[in-house]
Amino acid sequence: MNPRTLMALNDARRDKRPVVLATWLDTGDETLIAPGEAPGAAIAEAVAEAFASDRSASVEIGGRPLFLHVFNPPPRLIVVGAVHIAEPLAALARAVGYAVTVIDPRRAYADTERFPGAVLLDAWPDDALAELRPDRRTAVVTLTHDPKIDDPALRFALSAPVFHIGALGSKRTHARRIERLKEAGFPDGAVARVKGPVGLDIGAKTAAEIALSIMAEVVAAQRGKLA
Amino acid sequence: MAESGLNDDALETAEAWIGEGRRVALATVTHTWGSSPRPVGSQLVVREDGAFRGSVSGGCIEGAVIGEARAAIGDGRARTLEFSVSNERAWEVGLTCGGTVRVFVSRVG
Repeated sequence: MNPRTLMALNDARRDKRPVVLATWLDTGDETLIAPGEAPGAAIAEAVAEAFASDRSASVEIGGRPLFLHVFNPPPRLIVVGAVHIAEPLAALARAVGYAVTVIDPRRAYADTERFPGAVLLDAWPDDALAELRPDRRTAVVTLTHDPKIDDPALRFALSAPVFHIGALGSKRTHARRIERLKEAGFPDGAVARVKGPVGLDIGAKTAAEIALSIMAEVVAAQRGKLA
Repeated sequence: MAESGLNDDALETAEAWIGEGRRVALATVTHTWGSSPRPVGSQLVVREDGAFRGSVSGGCIEGAVIGEARAAIGDGRARTLEFSVSNERAWEVGLTCGGTVRVFVSRVG
């Protein structure tokens, strides 16, 4: 491997730019490919597939073995509500490799020391989300139970290609939430994307256990294993 | 998915070691079959003195891979290694975790 390729690859990773390292396994020659920049149709198709599936793979191009190593930026978890559960959730998400942003417009919660390694935004969720531009590698979880704060976030998330939307709250709270979203004009199919109560059923009781159940659900959704 | 931000990042370590004037090789899992413990894309960086960071198997074949990586640092030839439970060498190196992995090894520089 050319040392310059290594530096360029690490630069891309530090800047959170997606890139594929394509290596011909027979000669060891390699090149970095950004999305939409592949040389030739056959390679372009394989590279696009690698980016989309987030899976590195060996492919054969013109009878030669080519290894496509995908370096996508880390997936993002956007947490709405800097409440107690948000602390272990942010920590767990970070350990799993997620980039974490916590949004809460309430000044009292805006204490960055509670969220080491995460970005804390003191803003209304819809404004913050417009700035963050959640994509298909982003999950959004609301934790406040307060429609004033959660609902704008959910409405924004439903209009974005995020891979998971979860909302904390009892089944009754969730039923009312679904009604409000429908009244806001979202069709049944759309509101079904909001998972509530958020989290896999592992009998979680404590804040850390609930955070674990939420994070497990987010990982399952990202890995395509959520029923 | 991108590897998590833990401090065993092989590529960051490779860059740091090269910056210190060391000679290094990278080993990358390029193919797996069966119950291999580390996914495709897992990486190990090896220094000429045998120091390493990262992992390609969770410990089963690291010894053999490090040996080949040091050989690659010496002769500059990229190579592909294959280990499986049906492979005598794998038993020798202790791939008791099962499955088959293919590992590409190349010198940086």
